[in-house]
Amino acid sequence: MGLLTSLKDSITRVTDGLFASEEPKRIGIYGPPNAGKTTLANRIARDWTGDAVGPESHIPHETRRARRKEGVTIERDGKEVTIDIVDTPGVATKVDYEEFLEHDMEKEDAVRRSREATEGVAEAMHWLREDVDGVIYVLDSTDDPFTQVNTMLIGIIESQELPVLILANKIDKEESDIQRIANAFPQHETIPLSALEGQNMDEVYEKIAEYFS
Amino acid sequence: MPEVTSGDGDGGPTEGEDGPDDGVRVDMISGARMEGLTSMEKIRLILDGVREGNIVILEEGLTPDEESKLIEVTMTEISPDEFNGIEIETYPKSSSTNPGLFDRLMGKEDTQKLTVIGPANQIETLHKDENLISTLVSRK
Repeated sequence: MGLLTSLKDSITRVTDGLFASEEPKRIGIYGPPNAGKTTLANRIARDWTGDAVGPESHIPHETRRARRKEGVTIERDGKEVTIDIVDTPGVATKVDYEEFLEHDMEKEDAVRRSREATEGVAEAMHWLREDVDGVIYVLDSTDDPFTQVNTMLIGIIESQELPVLILANKIDKEESDIQRIANAFPQHETIPLSALEGQNMDEVYEKIAEYFS
Repeated sequence: MPEVTSGDGDGGPTEGEDGPDDGVRVDMISGARMEGLTSMEKIRLILDGVREGNIVILEEGLTPDEESKLIEVTMTEISPDEFNGIEIETYPKSSSTNPGLFDRLMGKEDTQKLTVIGPANQIETLHKDENLISTLVSRK
């Protein structure tokens, strides 16, 4: 028994050492367009590294390339996790350049933005299948969460057996309805926050450390 | 009145056959028809139909991996003033129908879910819940 116990302890130490020296986990920030993914990525990056990830905008598909912020170490309640944040373009099944014309954009710019947005969504899907170790799924809590894109993406994430944290963003807005998101995805925990105002970020960091460490 | 083509059995939808100009063609594709196809063949079958302006109804839907690839391929085909993408609807999956670990290990993951796919500029979802998908289909 003593030999077996000692052998088991040795194996545990070796495996612990291996996992401790692992590459940082790549955590993809996913969700529909305009949910506040880049605002969240910037908030996390600024809080823990002092740098931002990318520009934010109220116009959909502002993020049209996946952007990675490497080596972000988050510590909460004795737990520590080092992650690469991957801010991804908002996922959609359709992109119509005419939608951008409503934001006072010239047709040429709108068409270019639409083309880049489609490439970005395709890239985001590829990252999800191949290159992320966990997902932070961001939803705008003022919007209906029962959309096909949300249903499909959560299904894809679950089928990949990736750890997923669902965030109900924009709780600073009056129309925010956190319970609606919790009801839409009862199999997952929903964490409320305002990435813009920095509300409830302590709990968000606690959950990131818990889910992805 | 929309023309309905059933994809049951070996026949399947007749590719390249246009419906009447004033109608919308609906291809209902059975699980049996999709069973022998690879993921990319399924996606091609769907997108070729949708790009012709047809509504495609899948009896058994796609796997999550196929859905992911469908979004990716759709994005690569979007072209301004020609094709804006797709509208896709399935019944929201009830948490009680999630497959257990044993079923997943045995490859028995249940992906059967009626799925409606159409051109984004022709199909609009009016209402959706676990038992009903109500859509408005317009002509090209």
